[in-house]
Amino acid sequence: MLKVDAEKCIGCGACEEQCAFGAIKVEDGCAVVGDGCTLCGGCIDACEAEALHIEEAAPGRETADLAAWQGIWVFAEFRHGSVAPVTYELLGVGRRLADQRGVALSAVLPGSGVREECDGLIAAGADRVYLVDDPALAQYREDVYGRVLEELIRRYQPEVVLAGATAIGRSVIPQVATRLGAGLTADCTGLDIRPEDGTLLQTRPAFGGNIMATIECPDTRPQMATVRPRVMAPAEPDPARSGEVVDVDIAPGHLGSRVEVLETVVSQTEQVNIQEVEVLVAGGRGVEGEKGFALIRELAEELGGAVAASRAAVDSGWISYPHQVGQTGKTVCPKLYIACGISGAVQHAVGMQSAEVVVAINRDENAPIFNIATYGLVGDLFEVVPLLARKIQEMKK
Amino acid sequence: MEILVCIKQVPDAKDVRLDPETNTLAREGVESIMNPFDRHALEEAVRLKEAHGGTVTALSMGPPQAEAVLREAIGCGADRGFLVSDRAFAGADTWATSYTLARAIETIGRFDLILCGKQAIDGDTAQVGPGLASRMNLPYVTCVQKTRGVTDGSIEVERMMDDGYDVVRLPLPALLTVVKDINEPRVPSLKGKMKARKAEIPVLSAADIGASKECIGLAGSPTRVVNVFSPEPRGDRKIFTGTAEEQVDQLIEHLRDYL
Repeated sequence: MLKVDAEKCIGCGACEEQCAFGAIKVEDGCAVVGDGCTLCGGCIDACEAEALHIEEAAPGRETADLAAWQGIWVFAEFRHGSVAPVTYELLGVGRRLADQRGVALSAVLPGSGVREECDGLIAAGADRVYLVDDPALAQYREDVYGRVLEELIRRYQPEVVLAGATAIGRSVIPQVATRLGAGLTADCTGLDIRPEDGTLLQTRPAFGGNIMATIECPDTRPQMATVRPRVMAPAEPDPARSGEVVDVDIAPGHLGSRVEVLETVVSQTEQVNIQEVEVLVAGGRGVEGEKGFALIRELAEELGGAVAASRAAVDSGWISYPHQVGQTGKTVCPKLYIACGISGAVQHAVGMQSAEVVVAINRDENAPIFNIATYGLVGDLFEVVPLLARKIQEMKK
Repeated sequence: MEILVCIKQVPDAKDVRLDPETNTLAREGVESIMNPFDRHALEEAVRLKEAHGGTVTALSMGPPQAEAVLREAIGCGADRGFLVSDRAFAGADTWATSYTLARAIETIGRFDLILCGKQAIDGDTAQVGPGLASRMNLPYVTCVQKTRGVTDGSIEVERMMDDGYDVVRLPLPALLTVVKDINEPRVPSLKGKMKARKAEIPVLSAADIGASKECIGLAGSPTRVVNVFSPEPRGDRKIFTGTAEEQVDQLIEHLRDYL
C-alpha cells in the first residue's frame, strides 16, 4: 500500500500532478490515496517532502485471480540501431505457446525512434506491438526500463512475459518481477505451456548445466522467464502477416531516472556477442599467446564465426574478458564449437557443453575436453588449425 | 563510506551431480566455497574502504555453516559479518531471498553502497542483486567491470554490456553487481585470519529481522521446482587418428552440414 506520512506532507500537490491514474489527491492540505493506485511509485519520486512510501503488502499472493491475466508477451530488446536477435527467437517460441493456449502474442518495444521495427516484430509472429517510443528510452537505464515494463504489465495483465537472457534482459527483468510479486525463472532453455490452465513449464540448467530443472509458478501472474539466446528457433518472417501497433503513453514522471549514462563504448572486437553466433572457435592455454589467437581468428573468419576463449587465455591477457566462456564467463550454445588447446576443465565445460557439436583439438589425448567432444583431433593446434582453415577455404572454392 | 557485501556459500560446481536413484542433488563430499563473483564484490568493497574510509560489512543468508564464508570475508578485509539463518528460510527462491536480504540489511543499519556478485554459480540466476535493489528502492547497475570514482555522493562505474560497455553515474546509496574483470581478489592476510578466527558472527533469525511469514522460504516463493533431471548426454563421440591432415579430412567429412 502507498502510505502518506501526514506529518511530513506539505500539501504541495506534486504527487497529484504526477499521478497518471488520478489516484492521489490533496485534501485539506494533505495527500490522500484513492483506489486507482497501482503502486507505481511515481509520486514517491516526485515528493520533495519525502512524505510517501510503499508499505510492503503480502507479496505475489495478491494475484490470486489467475484468469484475469491473458496473453503471451515478449520484451523486444533494441540497442544501437537494431532489435536483438534473441527477440525474434522469443517471438518464435512465443508464437507456439500463444497458439497452444489460444491467446494473442504481443511484443513490447520500448526505445527511441523504434517505430519502424514494429513491422519486423509482426512479421516474426507478433499479433500486437505495444510501442513506447520516447527519447527518455534512448539509452538503456535500469530504472526507467523497469518502470515502463512494470506499468505496461499492470495495465494489460499478460499471463506470460518472456525476455532474452542478455545483459539487458537479465538486468531489467528481476526488478520488475520483484515489484509485481511474480515468479521469474532465469536463463531458460525449454518452454512449454499447459493449454488448460496456462501454466508455463520453464526448464533451465542449474549447477552449470550438470542438472536440469523444470519450474512452475502455480499461484502468481504474470509468469516471467528470461530465455537463453540461440536456444529457440526464430520463426521464418512473413511480411504478409498483419498485426496491431498500440502506442502506449507513459506518464512523464515514470520516465525520470536516477541513473545517468555518460558514455557508451561499443568495442570493435566485442561487437560480435559470442552468445549470438552459430560458430565459435575457442582458444585456451595451449594457444600460447596473441600470435596463436591470430590462427584462431583466421579459422573463425573462415567459418563465419567468432572467437571465444577459456579463462586461462583471458587471465593471461591474450584476449579480453567478454570472450570468456565458462563458469565465470559466458554460457554459449552455438551449433559448432571448436575448442583449441583447451583442456576442458569443468569450469569451462559448463559454459559450452550445450553446443550442438563440439570439436576438440588438443595434443594431450587424455585431456578431459575429449570426454565432451563430438569429434576429437589429437595433434598440435599450430599445425591442425591453419590446415583446417585452408581446407575449408579450398572447399568453398 | 559504509559498504555492505552480500556473499553466498555455494557448492563447488565441479562436484555436483544428480543421484540417479533418489533424484536429489548428491552434495555429499562436495566442498563449499565462497561464490567466486562475491569474492570480487568483497575485494572491491575493501578497496573502496581503503580509498575512502568507512567500513565493510559482509552479509550471508544460508545454513549455520555458511558462517565460514563470513569469516573468510573478514580475513580478506571485511570489518564484520552477519549471518541470516533460520529454518523458515529454507526453499527460498530469488524473490523470497531478495526480501529476506532486504529485511536483514534494514535491520543491520544504513549503507551507502551494497555490492553483490553478478550471480551465484549454483543457481546462475543473477536475479537477487536487482531484486534486492528494487526492494530497497535503490538505483542499481549490474555487471560492473570497473568503479571509476566516488564523488559528491555519486559513483561512476563501467557497466559491461554484450557489445562493449556503458559509463554510468548513479547517486548513493546504490547497489552494484560486479563481474570478475573488476579486480584481482587478495588472499587473506595472516592478521586477517587471526581477526577472522576471533570474530563474532551474529546470527539473525526470521524474527530478528521482522520477516513476514508469507514472504520467506518456500511459502514466500512464487516459483516451484517441479522436476529435476540429468541433461541428455552427447551422442556418439569420435576421436580421429592418423596424421594431422588425415584427421582434418575426416573432420571436414563429418562436419559437412555445418560448414
